[in-house]
Amino acid sequence: MFQRILTVAGQEFRIGLRNRWILLSVVILAAFSMALALLGSAPAGTLDVSRMTITVASLSSLSVYLVPLIALLLAFDAVAGEIERGTLLLIFSSPMTRSEFLIGKAVGHICVLLLALTLGYGATAGMLAATGGGDTSGFIDFARLIGTSAILGFAFLALGYIVSALVRQVTTAAAMAIGIWLVLIVLYDLALLGALVADSEGFFASTVFPFALLANPADAFRLFNLSALNANAMVGGMAGVAESLPFPPAAALAPSSCSLALPCLVLSYCLRGSPHDEETVCSRWSHVASGSLSGRAANR
Amino acid sequence: MNNTVLRAENVRKTFDGRDAVKDLSFELGGAERVALLGHNGAGKTTFFKMSLGFLTPSAGRIEVLGAEPGSDKARSSTAFLPESVAFQRTLTGVEVLKYYAKLKGEDPKKAVGLLERVGLAEAGTRRVGTYSKGMRQRLGLAQALIGTPKLVLLDEPTSGLDPISRQNFYDLVTEISGNGATVLLSSHALTEMEARTDRILIMSKGKLVANDTLEHLRTAARLPIRLKVKAKDEPAEQLANRLGGTPVNCRSVEIMCAHEDKIARIAAVTSLGAMIEDIDVHLPTLDDVYKHFSEKANAEDSAGEA
Repeated sequence: MFQRILTVAGQEFRIGLRNRWILLSVVILAAFSMALALLGSAPAGTLDVSRMTITVASLSSLSVYLVPLIALLLAFDAVAGEIERGTLLLIFSSPMTRSEFLIGKAVGHICVLLLALTLGYGATAGMLAATGGGDTSGFIDFARLIGTSAILGFAFLALGYIVSALVRQVTTAAAMAIGIWLVLIVLYDLALLGALVADSEGFFASTVFPFALLANPADAFRLFNLSALNANAMVGGMAGVAESLPFPPAAALAPSSCSLALPCLVLSYCLRGSPHDEETVCSRWSHVASGSLSGRAANR
Repeated sequence: MNNTVLRAENVRKTFDGRDAVKDLSFELGGAERVALLGHNGAGKTTFFKMSLGFLTPSAGRIEVLGAEPGSDKARSSTAFLPESVAFQRTLTGVEVLKYYAKLKGEDPKKAVGLLERVGLAEAGTRRVGTYSKGMRQRLGLAQALIGTPKLVLLDEPTSGLDPISRQNFYDLVTEISGNGATVLLSSHALTEMEARTDRILIMSKGKLVANDTLEHLRTAARLPIRLKVKAKDEPAEQLANRLGGTPVNCRSVEIMCAHEDKIARIAAVTSLGAMIEDIDVHLPTLDDVYKHFSEKANAEDSAGEA
């Protein structure tokens, strides 16, 4: 079982290296983060915080945009692409279960993400350290940023898999992946902001808003990272929100990511009950509804 | 036939109220090479998917080596080559083969040796994206040969291949069955398979309309044998009168005769001795036999519906 998961993961990683996905992600992450580090750490001197810490604060906003995008672009092909190429039939004609396949994909993609994040952000950390801006707590901040970015990526990988398993064409999956990014990363915050402005003291602001932040892994990520930096003073905005929440910001990230990622994995696992083209999406949904997981297991 | 490798019993599969496969029953024994013929939409691919456990029959049952299709036992001894498969273009042939070997729990090093058997030993280190269609198909076949499958299912393996590649492909199929595997391959390119299969199954509109060796099918179809006799000097009309055939283009005569009359008619022709320059005997081809059986099935269908 582990052998097969590792095989799928290794193959995904190799493909990531081979089609230059990893390289591209590293270059993008490094370029943006270095630009932010050089431009954005200017106030460090006046605020008396390390340049690394303040860079991490800017980078966590960068991660919110880039990491979900990279994750979705890695994931949308996972099932639909294998169906379109005809390789899914081949893979499942070997003694391999659907969960092994998806977990393998996820492990491989997480490794791709981690490598890209480590190299991309690591380059920036290295640059700051080399120019005398480094300290131990700054490196810890960077490590936390990379780790939490990977968790954020995992949540969006899972979303990508579910899209990939639901649709039949790769192009549709790609379009939906971009749509998800747009909605969750851009429009979601705008909508929250609008609602907050409209009802700044009422039920929404006090009760719905904190949980609406939790429900979106991107917001949870930002919340967690900024409050972990104690960055209220320097960046204000988002981190200021953290103080008014009915729960500790540290609790934000893990549950919101897991609550999204786990059902996604389970769902895409059972949606893929049959990798057969004629089987309609509706009948796949109904399989899930009727809890045919156990039936699947027996079939296998 | 010794042991049964694949058994189908009254298999039926319905999509949206339409039967894709109905009342399909047959058995495959060990080390047989069997061709599954039928035009597009006859139910071949549906049957393959059911034998692999991707689809469950609406009625009836399929057994692979006595086990349920899709069970670990069935899957570990079945190999499959889908109709159209596009391996990751950025990976090399060796990487693709090692991947599938590991998924099947086989030794990746041994699997790489298969590249030589399909004539891709040198191309193995190149990326799949650079392969020709024939090479990709052979890579697919190499993938199907990983381990020691007892049942090899090939869905239209030769479509899009040039004649030489097809010949090589069937040589490989013969080799596989020589090693004890049962090969079931579907195709609609028929003539190339004549000498290459032990048995032929013909499907039409989801039903099995024939299941026998080509020889028996020929006899059962009672298709006429065509003798083409070429006259030396004599005008074709005279020859035609004597032999009871129809003249074609001045110097040749075409005679249609039943299988059992063949020898007698040839004897009659040769008795003319000096008048004859040449004689050709055309047995009905697999195409003719196939056409006969699917037309017969169609006729029965419409008679049944009327």
